[in-house]
Amino acid sequence: MKIIAEIGEYVLLMLQAFRRPDKGKVFRRQLMMDFQDLGTNSIGLIGFISVFVGAIIAIQMAYNMDNPLLSHKLVGFSTRQMMILELSPTIMSLILAGKVGSSIASEIGTMKVTEQISALKVMGINPANYLILPKITAAVIYNPLLIIFSIALGILGGWGACLTTGIMSTTYYVEGVQAWYEPFTLTYALIKTVVFAFIISSVSGYMGYTVEGGSVEVARNSTKAVVYSSILIIIFDLILTQLLLI
Amino acid sequence: MIEINNISKSFGDQKVLNNITTTFEKGKTNLIIGQSGSGKTVLMKCCIGLFDIDEGHIDFDKRNFSAFSEKKKRNIRKEMGVLFQGGALFDSFTVEENVMFPLNMFTKMSLEEKRDRVNKMLSRVNLNNANNKLPSELSGGMIKRVAIARAISLRPKYLFCDEPNSGLDPKTAEVIDALISELTEEFEMTTVVNTHDMNSVLQIGQKISYIYKGNLWWEGSNKEIMKTENKELNDFVFSTELTRRLKLKL
Repeated sequence: MKIIAEIGEYVLLMLQAFRRPDKGKVFRRQLMMDFQDLGTNSIGLIGFISVFVGAIIAIQMAYNMDNPLLSHKLVGFSTRQMMILELSPTIMSLILAGKVGSSIASEIGTMKVTEQISALKVMGINPANYLILPKITAAVIYNPLLIIFSIALGILGGWGACLTTGIMSTTYYVEGVQAWYEPFTLTYALIKTVVFAFIISSVSGYMGYTVEGGSVEVARNSTKAVVYSSILIIIFDLILTQLLLI
Repeated sequence: MIEINNISKSFGDQKVLNNITTTFEKGKTNLIIGQSGSGKTVLMKCCIGLFDIDEGHIDFDKRNFSAFSEKKKRNIRKEMGVLFQGGALFDSFTVEENVMFPLNMFTKMSLEEKRDRVNKMLSRVNLNNANNKLPSELSGGMIKRVAIARAISLRPKYLFCDEPNSGLDPKTAEVIDALISELTEEFEMTTVVNTHDMNSVLQIGQKISYIYKGNLWWEGSNKEIMKTENKELNDFVFSTELTRRLKLKL
């Protein structure tokens, strides 16, 4: 019963959030700040992890495919496919759920317990719209760019691993990366990313907005935001994969 | 003028406000006093629309606020200024941005005009060189003054202050009280102050409403409160050594 009540509360909050902003100029300003906070500030972390993940996949693929009957192209091909299909959209989204999700929940939660949200309300401003909508918009627009960046760096990381360890020549790796490319896989990755971005920002926004109490509750709801977002990402990953790939 | 008509409010089985009727007059500093847990904060939150009331109605200059839709309530809220207990300044904004915030949201003033209004308001609360400071860099008294500047930046008709002196030293508390009283007269606002600070009661209480266990127990001015025979009010007012000594001298 509690879950149903929470889902209902979440839907009502989203209905409040998805209204026309009180002032376009203020919304755009908030959006720019959220692009910076939720997107640009994550580039370093996403880039670092993507390079290493790509390198590790390339090395593991090379290790597992030492049979001379298997094409050398498979290392580049597998690295590309894994980055596009799963590692960039899903794993990077899980990492963003930890970084961005906890930040959104704790920011909004702190505003709630220090009466800043009440202050917005009594000024005649819709707090859900003012605080949550720009964050959802920023995440839905910026995360696909981060994921494309992650895919590119992952593939480059794999190439870097080939160069530094000598497991494969650049020619074979590049041939593999270019082999049997299906453009829809990228569309699939971007659709997943948009859905995951919505989950991260809206669930974390909801967790922050519904904090009651003090700092302990803010911390508790920030943790819940990360846990619930991660669980939903995995569930929707399965649903979208089934719907889009099969 | 704000008229409170027979309002009641319960949380679950617990009745927090019981059939309260009173009036907060224009151009006066109206105080709500009472012990912690008496229901005075709930009464104020009902007035500003943060809590829905169960019975009765609240009229702002003959406009029945409690019966309005959320959209109509918003229009009246734009005429309110609220000073929250902790200030409720936006952490990520500077002092200037905090005071400018209502102007950004509800006016079409140019940046120049908004800056001018912000500087006037900050100067009115004696904070002339704090424009670029963040709330984390301010003292408790400064936070309250910035919050007052923000609350009055749109020149509201109604000013609500929730425990404006909590956490302040007596000297700073007196400055804040004096400021609230001066601004009330200057802008002809209907000011409602929620407090249990007896110094505020004596200094600025033009009309005082004493709430006891969710009921309106006594009403009068700061002069009348010292001579009251009401037992519960006497117990509250003269609960400290200082006020007891003061009473002996009267």
